[in-house]
Amino acid sequence: MSNAAHKEPVAVVGIGQTKHVAARRDVSLAGLVREAARRALDDAELTWADIDAVVIGKAPDFFEGVMMPELYLADALGAVGKPVLRVHTAGSVGGSTALVATNLVAARVHRTVLTLAFEKQSESNAMWGLSLPIPFQQPLLAGAGGFFAPHVRAYMRRTGAPATVGSLVAYKDRRNALKNPYAHLHEEDITLEKVQSSPMLWDPIRYSETCPSSDGACAMVLTDRAGAARAPRPAAWVHGGAMRSEPTLFAGKDFVSPQAGKDCAADVYRQAGLTDPRRQIDAVEMYVPFSWYEPMWLENLGFAEEGEGWKLTEAGVTALDGDLPVNPSGGVLSTNPIGASGMLRFAEAALQVRGQAGAHQVDGARRALGHAYGGGSQFFAMWLVGADSPAA
Amino acid sequence: MREVAVVAFGQSRHVRDSAETSEVEMLMPVLHDVLARTGLTAGEIDFTCSGSADYLAGRAFSFTMALDGVGAWPPISESHVEMDGAWALYEAWVKILTGEAETALVYAYGKSSPGEVRDVLTRQLDPYYLAPLWPDSVALAALQARALIDAGLTDERELAGIAARSRAAAAANPYAQLRGAVPVGEPLAAPLRTGDCPPVSDGAAAVVLAAGDTARRLTERPAWIRGLDHRIEAHSPGVRDLTDSPSTRLAAERAGYFERPVDTAELHAPFTSQEVVLRRALDLGGTAGADVRINPSGGALAANPVMAAGLIRIGEAAARIQRGESERALAHATSGPCLQQNLVAVLEGEAR
Repeated sequence: MSNAAHKEPVAVVGIGQTKHVAARRDVSLAGLVREAARRALDDAELTWADIDAVVIGKAPDFFEGVMMPELYLADALGAVGKPVLRVHTAGSVGGSTALVATNLVAARVHRTVLTLAFEKQSESNAMWGLSLPIPFQQPLLAGAGGFFAPHVRAYMRRTGAPATVGSLVAYKDRRNALKNPYAHLHEEDITLEKVQSSPMLWDPIRYSETCPSSDGACAMVLTDRAGAARAPRPAAWVHGGAMRSEPTLFAGKDFVSPQAGKDCAADVYRQAGLTDPRRQIDAVEMYVPFSWYEPMWLENLGFAEEGEGWKLTEAGVTALDGDLPVNPSGGVLSTNPIGASGMLRFAEAALQVRGQAGAHQVDGARRALGHAYGGGSQFFAMWLVGADSPAA
Repeated sequence: MREVAVVAFGQSRHVRDSAETSEVEMLMPVLHDVLARTGLTAGEIDFTCSGSADYLAGRAFSFTMALDGVGAWPPISESHVEMDGAWALYEAWVKILTGEAETALVYAYGKSSPGEVRDVLTRQLDPYYLAPLWPDSVALAALQARALIDAGLTDERELAGIAARSRAAAAANPYAQLRGAVPVGEPLAAPLRTGDCPPVSDGAAAVVLAAGDTARRLTERPAWIRGLDHRIEAHSPGVRDLTDSPSTRLAAERAGYFERPVDTAELHAPFTSQEVVLRRALDLGGTAGADVRINPSGGALAANPVMAAGLIRIGEAAARIQRGESERALAHATSGPCLQQNLVAVLEGEAR
């Protein structure tokens, strides 16, 4: 691969999201995306006219029952007369969408780009949307949890992690969510005991260790160096970004720690010049739809040696006041508008390094990782953002 | 800006129904074909991007299995647009411009046979006001054709001529679905007759892009992308002038099309009447465009694999340049009802 010395530095100068809830019956799809986009523009103190292009992402169109909804949403996104790209890379789509938008600025094709991801799950039924007819899928997968539970069991067996680790993650993330006004689940009365006594759904995954179904949208304004200089609030600078994919099913695939995830993280660290991510990164927004994925991804992302991820979780390293806070926003476990969940990870990482994360701000965060994955642990998208602009 | 070129193009033989082959099976020979033309393996490609739409297959995440056809192991840098492959090519072009990739593989596929594509495409419409009425793609195109005729911009005779020219051109295209003479046909949705409408197709296409000297190394005559731009218009057909395509004109302007004449235009016009709209937007077919060869491949009227048909226009234009039959060509792709979204690429051969 050639060097990327001629890339324009890319800055996040506006972030907006909706208050995520189970059902936004008060707005249409257009109303939902416009709300997030408007907030991102307000944050950047820009107008629709300042936007050169729009990059939009969401998970399968079956989730709302609208084929290629960007066509219908063009008006609501202020995109008429502009270029619109629609990205779809399964659950990683929110992250991939932000990266495609980043590249438009980095390549100097456009100067200021609006990127947005959404899901309005209440318009349809996600379980139906994922229930594929035979012969396209085996009849007994029973949703995403049914697919991932065996891999969690494999992780426990492989590492000897005690059965309590999953509930610790869920308890932590749901408490963090109480500090995030946009988070879907605000369980004021949550206790560790309540998580541990919640019904078993897909052994070993309990009800309180799974993500909710949310309606919501997330938007960001990305711009070049000149745009960042005019921005009213601090920018988050993109220091590295990458996507990696591998096949869903094949002999030899490591579902516990997929190679594509490792390669993606390594590429991002290389671009950002990081040699010791565990110490050089101050906050991580990680895609954890089922609690056990925190210790699994800690290893996959290089924050812990193989088999050691659960020890970081158990020791409180990943708590909001820990040494490596993971999901200070409450994460996917507290908020899951599927197509937007990846972009929320990217946006929350950017909020942290801008010092704009409010009550869930990690003190002095200078570098943060946003992470997303999708399919059967098949698609990965990540970015590393920093408070300082990359060296010219 | 970095120089980027199309260095290889391949496509399947488009057919009405490919029930016996999966998307992956349809795609694999095409992928092997384009890679063989460049001598590259999947593992040597820096970036891969595809275009397709779940609704055609009738199942969520339909693109995830297509990756098996690429051979994505060890893991690859990859992305997907829920759009025509022409926009996947756009994403790949941008990726190469950043300097992060030197080569890219772009592919697209669409099987219309699992469902009724006219019904399926109604699900693209505004879900609250338009989609519940189920106005299908032929009916909407007929409204557009009627608006053109009422405005005195074309007549049924001219439309029939476009159909005849396209299908005659397709006779020399072994991949086309409808080849040779086709009668005007029966009325389908007035004023459109079957001859004015595209066949229902299953098919796939792939393109390899490369930067600068890598492109020169991979092929004798790269088709350089001199400009690439796309624009969208308002969604509702009721708020647009259906006889015009300002988004095509703007994209063409941004792609540098109006700077110098082209000799070839591959237009993604599934309906004869849409070619009239595009020719007007691009000033083709008048005195200025008299020498331009329009849709020498036969165009979408000869084969219309939805989600691949736009990428095929770029591929056909590039292949013509690579064969030395064109010096400067325009390729166009469209999406959405009545030409709502349009992409324009300007391709050139090496200056000789």
